[in-house]
Amino acid sequence: MIDIRKVSKTYPNGFQALKACSTHVDKGEVIVVCGPSGSGKSTLIKCVNGLEDFQEGEIVVNGISVGDKKTNLPKLRAHVGMVFQHFELFPHMTVVKNLTVAQTKVLGRRKVEATERGLKLLERVGLSAHASKHPGQLSGGQQQRVAIARALAMDPICMLFDEPTSALDPEMINEVLDVMVQLAREGMTMMVVTHEMEFARKVAHRVIFMDRGEIVEDAGKDEFFTKPRSERAQQFLSKILHH
Amino acid sequence: MYDFDWSSVKPALPFMWLGMKVTLEITLTAMSVGIALGTVLAVLRLQRNPVLSGFSAAYVNLFRAVPLIMVLLWFFLIVPTLIERIFNLPRTADTRVTSAMVAFSLFQAAYYAEIIRAGIQSVTAGQMGAALALGMSYGQAMRLVVLPQAFRNMTPLLLTQTIILFQDTSLVYVSAVRDFFGAATIIGTRDGRQVELILFAGGVYFVISFALSSLVKYWQDRLKVAA
Repeated sequence: MIDIRKVSKTYPNGFQALKACSTHVDKGEVIVVCGPSGSGKSTLIKCVNGLEDFQEGEIVVNGISVGDKKTNLPKLRAHVGMVFQHFELFPHMTVVKNLTVAQTKVLGRRKVEATERGLKLLERVGLSAHASKHPGQLSGGQQQRVAIARALAMDPICMLFDEPTSALDPEMINEVLDVMVQLAREGMTMMVVTHEMEFARKVAHRVIFMDRGEIVEDAGKDEFFTKPRSERAQQFLSKILHH
Repeated sequence: MYDFDWSSVKPALPFMWLGMKVTLEITLTAMSVGIALGTVLAVLRLQRNPVLSGFSAAYVNLFRAVPLIMVLLWFFLIVPTLIERIFNLPRTADTRVTSAMVAFSLFQAAYYAEIIRAGIQSVTAGQMGAALALGMSYGQAMRLVVLPQAFRNMTPLLLTQTIILFQDTSLVYVSAVRDFFGAATIIGTRDGRQVELILFAGGVYFVISFALSSLVKYWQDRLKVAA
């Protein structure tokens, strides 16, 4: 589904954000990407749908090369859902408009159809009562659930999550993770940048550990948690799993 | 001591109202065209393509670096002749108001463009990213997501610029366009009461501008509460 081959990215100022990163996400797989801040994990996930460009290597999503200049990126992105750290709901639109705008303008769905789909997903994330509110009236956790519903409304073939719970107050993290766990169990292909190791333990198939732009460890979940091979991953794990 | 005599004002009100209509026409046209053109310039300015952003930068810098009165005179003196030649109009056709509208529109666009550019930049990059991630084209993302938020943030500044424009339109008197200020001076000269008529005109500009400014301030305070 997602094939990342030797991808490197250097910023104009010379900083190398990604160094020959290679991995893959198969259909139905859930991959957790973790690592210290500044390790390039957000950059990597944003390269998958072309929000960030890269100079070397290749990323193929569902048979389409992302870096190819001829690729119709909007068309590809329409079916790759993405959830952001800071939600990025559109504050000038109601919740239901947030859920329908891309369906009608990008997929060309009729308004009735789009609204029906949007409301169904809103119910699924438990927020039916908030359809006509504006995002600013919702809590962070609620906003992030709307953002997930918005991405799902496009009927994505896979979902990318970029630190979906990092900006949330602790008491709101679980309501978002619950939605993600449910999604994972339904077989959605997911690539998730997160520090929530409980989430990784519950549903991840593989865990990728990044440091300084490199993929240091790419292992099955059990292997990663019980006997990580690299020293850097061991140190990282010992820091975030305190008990 | 100067003896004020305001008796000329009242009978001249209908005549001055005709002038005020011209003033408002020029203001509203220059505002609409200026904001539309300013939006295009602002979006061009933010492009990575150096030709597009360079064109916009050159336009904005050019118009902001010459005095408004120069632009007006240039348009009054040269552009009407050009238009007459191109469209083969008789010499008698009066293009003064039209050329004033064109001059103010082009001039104001440069100022609006800078305000709108700041407004676009006040919307976080994440909003553009989210719109693109949903499959929107750059144009759709701008139109549906970024610009509506940008305009909401910058409405007070755009209105303030429009108030300045409203006052600046009085400069058209250099080409004898009969706007509100022009009408007032004509009456003043006719009756030998220039001081009173110019003071009266100033008072009217003040009342309208001050009322609009107060409205802008009220709007700004409301935005602050909402944010």
